[in-house]
Amino acid sequence: LKIFGKLSISEIPFDQPLTMGAVGGALFLGMIILGMITYYRKWPYLWKEWLTSVDHKKIGIMYIILALIMLLRGFADALMMRSQQAIAAGNSLGYLTPDHFNQVFSAHGTIMILFMAMPFLTGLMNIVVPQQIGARDVAFPFLNSVSLWLTAAGAMLVMGSLGIGEFSKTGWTGIAPLFEKEYSPGTGVDYWLWAVQIGGAGSILTGINFLVTIIKMRAPGLTLMRMPLFVWTSLTTTILVIFSFPVLSVALVLLALDRYLGMHFFTNDLGGNMMLYNNFFWMWGHPEVYIVILPAFGIFSEVVATFSGKRLFGYKSLVYATLAIMILSFMVWLHHFFTMGSSPGVNTFFGITTMMIAIPTGVKVFDWLLTMYRGRIRFTTPMYWTMGFLFTFVIGGMTGVLMSIPPADYVVHNSLFLVAHFHNMLIPGALFGFLAGYSYWFPKAIGFRLDEKWGKRAFWCWLVGFYLAFAPLYILGFMGMPRRIVHYWNLSWQPYLVVAAGGTILILIGIIFLGLQLFVSILKRHGNRDLTGDPWNGRTLEWTTSSPAAVYNFAVIPEVHGIDAFTELKEEGKAFQTPDHYEDILVPKNTVCGLIIGLTTFLFGFAMVWCIWWLAIFSILGAIFVIILRSVNDNIESIIPAEQVKQIEEKRYTQTGFANLQTPKNGLGL
Amino acid sequence: MIKTDTLPFYSNSEELSHIGNEEIRTFGFWIYLMSDIILFSVLFATYAILGRNYADGPTPKELFSLPYVFVETMFLLLSNASCSSVLLAAEASKKINVLSWLVVTFLLGVGFITMEVNEFYHMIMENNGPERSGFLSSFFTLVGTHGFHVVSGLIWIGVMIGQVVAKGITMPVRSRLMRLSMFWHFLDIVWVGVFTMVYLMGVL
Repeated sequence: LKIFGKLSISEIPFDQPLTMGAVGGALFLGMIILGMITYYRKWPYLWKEWLTSVDHKKIGIMYIILALIMLLRGFADALMMRSQQAIAAGNSLGYLTPDHFNQVFSAHGTIMILFMAMPFLTGLMNIVVPQQIGARDVAFPFLNSVSLWLTAAGAMLVMGSLGIGEFSKTGWTGIAPLFEKEYSPGTGVDYWLWAVQIGGAGSILTGINFLVTIIKMRAPGLTLMRMPLFVWTSLTTTILVIFSFPVLSVALVLLALDRYLGMHFFTNDLGGNMMLYNNFFWMWGHPEVYIVILPAFGIFSEVVATFSGKRLFGYKSLVYATLAIMILSFMVWLHHFFTMGSSPGVNTFFGITTMMIAIPTGVKVFDWLLTMYRGRIRFTTPMYWTMGFLFTFVIGGMTGVLMSIPPADYVVHNSLFLVAHFHNMLIPGALFGFLAGYSYWFPKAIGFRLDEKWGKRAFWCWLVGFYLAFAPLYILGFMGMPRRIVHYWNLSWQPYLVVAAGGTILILIGIIFLGLQLFVSILKRHGNRDLTGDPWNGRTLEWTTSSPAAVYNFAVIPEVHGIDAFTELKEEGKAFQTPDHYEDILVPKNTVCGLIIGLTTFLFGFAMVWCIWWLAIFSILGAIFVIILRSVNDNIESIIPAEQVKQIEEKRYTQTGFANLQTPKNGLGL
Repeated sequence: MIKTDTLPFYSNSEELSHIGNEEIRTFGFWIYLMSDIILFSVLFATYAILGRNYADGPTPKELFSLPYVFVETMFLLLSNASCSSVLLAAEASKKINVLSWLVVTFLLGVGFITMEVNEFYHMIMENNGPERSGFLSSFFTLVGTHGFHVVSGLIWIGVMIGQVVAKGITMPVRSRLMRLSMFWHFLDIVWVGVFTMVYLMGVL
């Protein structure tokens, strides 16, 4: 009997210097951080204020920290792929083995979609949505903490696969029947499957939580058609999550049953059906594209209105376009495998629905442009990201429409053209949006503005780097280069791949500049402090709270009379008024349960990967025990007395910047 | 009833906040059930697609016995009636009645799950386990997932019995009973689908 299942010391890849270097570096960095926390005696602070916190704003910040860490990991994978392909032509084999290369591209996609984009948008939603709808918290604060730690547990599993065992070699989407036990006997697919499963469970809980928050907890007067666009896009994203993530969960459970119990869902013998997997995966996978892009569309809408100093052009058309995209996103999944060989009728149907998505998206682009038209535009960093997005995203959209034509898709299917296309959608469409949101709401979350100069430098590196890295891939696609190859003999491809690698270096510099921006901003925080709570002359409710907002967000729940509630208050001279009286406020108490559930789930995932059955049973029983213990607890809230609320609020009102705003002169922005 | 869509989440009046809270929780639970419906519909779809891939193995006609499954179904249907009685008793704040109906529901649920496990056991012993064919993989997974939900429900009933004994029929307990009953009825609806699609359509 082996108490550690399949796990043994030989599973640590000591023979691979590159991997061991990365693991060593990560461990070293981790030790330094842990050491510093210990040295400065910050453990109690970290424990009380962060790890056990159920405050949505802090959970949001932790989500974004997770996303940024995973961005570095996912980007390191990108650097390796681009540099490998830049040199691995002809007689040169490059520095990565096929085995390693396959893991790198699988990890890159898994990480960037599920452990970078998802936590990033969830983090921004956490920080912003309750404040934009005038709520004091999300509907289920504890569930929110569970979601965070489940996502972190999934991310930890992916990271763990680096040092112990291997990661999946079948791409981030998985390939039937390659990922079956027969063809992939290693632990890589298991790591992928449990990491995605656990992270996905966290996403479903987040979806339920925010749907209920937005439907049930809006401030009085904030009707649906007065909601800020970011709230609308968050709402549609949560609906997409609730409808699509269970499909992914089931697909992964079925795969697990195939691999662990020898069942026949996606096998090519005894009645399995390989294409069933593709259908299930993309029934989740296509809505997932909109899950990550729609919130970014919301961010662009907020940014463009604020920095153009105008009400959003075509508010209603933007809302309806968002809803149209939400519905259409469930009707296009088959375009990911036109080459499966469905009948012409089926392919045509999905080709047309795919083209139709361009219509509401086009409506949005025009709305944003017309918001800027005749606006008094302030060219801040968030606005830079937005304009970079507008230019770049439209190109990606056009290549998408090109591929929506099934015969054309047959030509470029599985080529680098496709890789260029979806990066052209997701980098400007999602990541630029999240980075715009990051610099736009940073003062709200942290209390001071980010440095503009370094932000703009980072933007230019990202933008130019993006074009350099992906424009060559379009050309290579037309030249017939397939995706995911570790080595090639066609030397005419190489110059383009060298340029693409150069673009990746430029993006690397952009990432370094983002780090410098954070560093410089922290150094200069006293000069950039946001005392008013309204650093940009914002239009929506989140700018009425202090920066960072008090734990209860709003001492008095605001009343809303129209779109751009805060602008209206400012125009009527009613903004920044002190309330007549304060009330007691109930806030949820901190709890360690979320952290424990995340930890036990991580252990469960790890145990399942390595077939350590006793650990799997104990950890899942532990998680169930904690859930039951928590569910019978009626004492989960504490009261902040009115007197204390008054003290907190008056401290804010006496701050210098805020006192100046008490006079009708409004926030000046920059 | 107080309209909660315009009610601030935490009001200074504690009673109000509790009503608002419980309504929000119930709504959230509805949304969870909807996501669970998606989960089951994917499993139903899988069964629809793989359900005839016998791979030279047994077919539903050879495996299923309708009278047996009918008795099994009756256990679940009756447990739903008793689950409704739990809610009625909770409305009337009759602790003893709540407890006895919870126990009845629990026993009926145990009866259902015992019969299901027995059916699975015999199939596996006769080498007709889930690894035999695509049909049997999807059968065991669909029915098993429902069974897994029933077991979760049984654990929940156990926890609620404990809470009613320890706390009495307080407002949070009553609202938890309400959500338990939603869950239990949901499982009944799913079972009607399973019974029709897997057993009736398979044998008739």
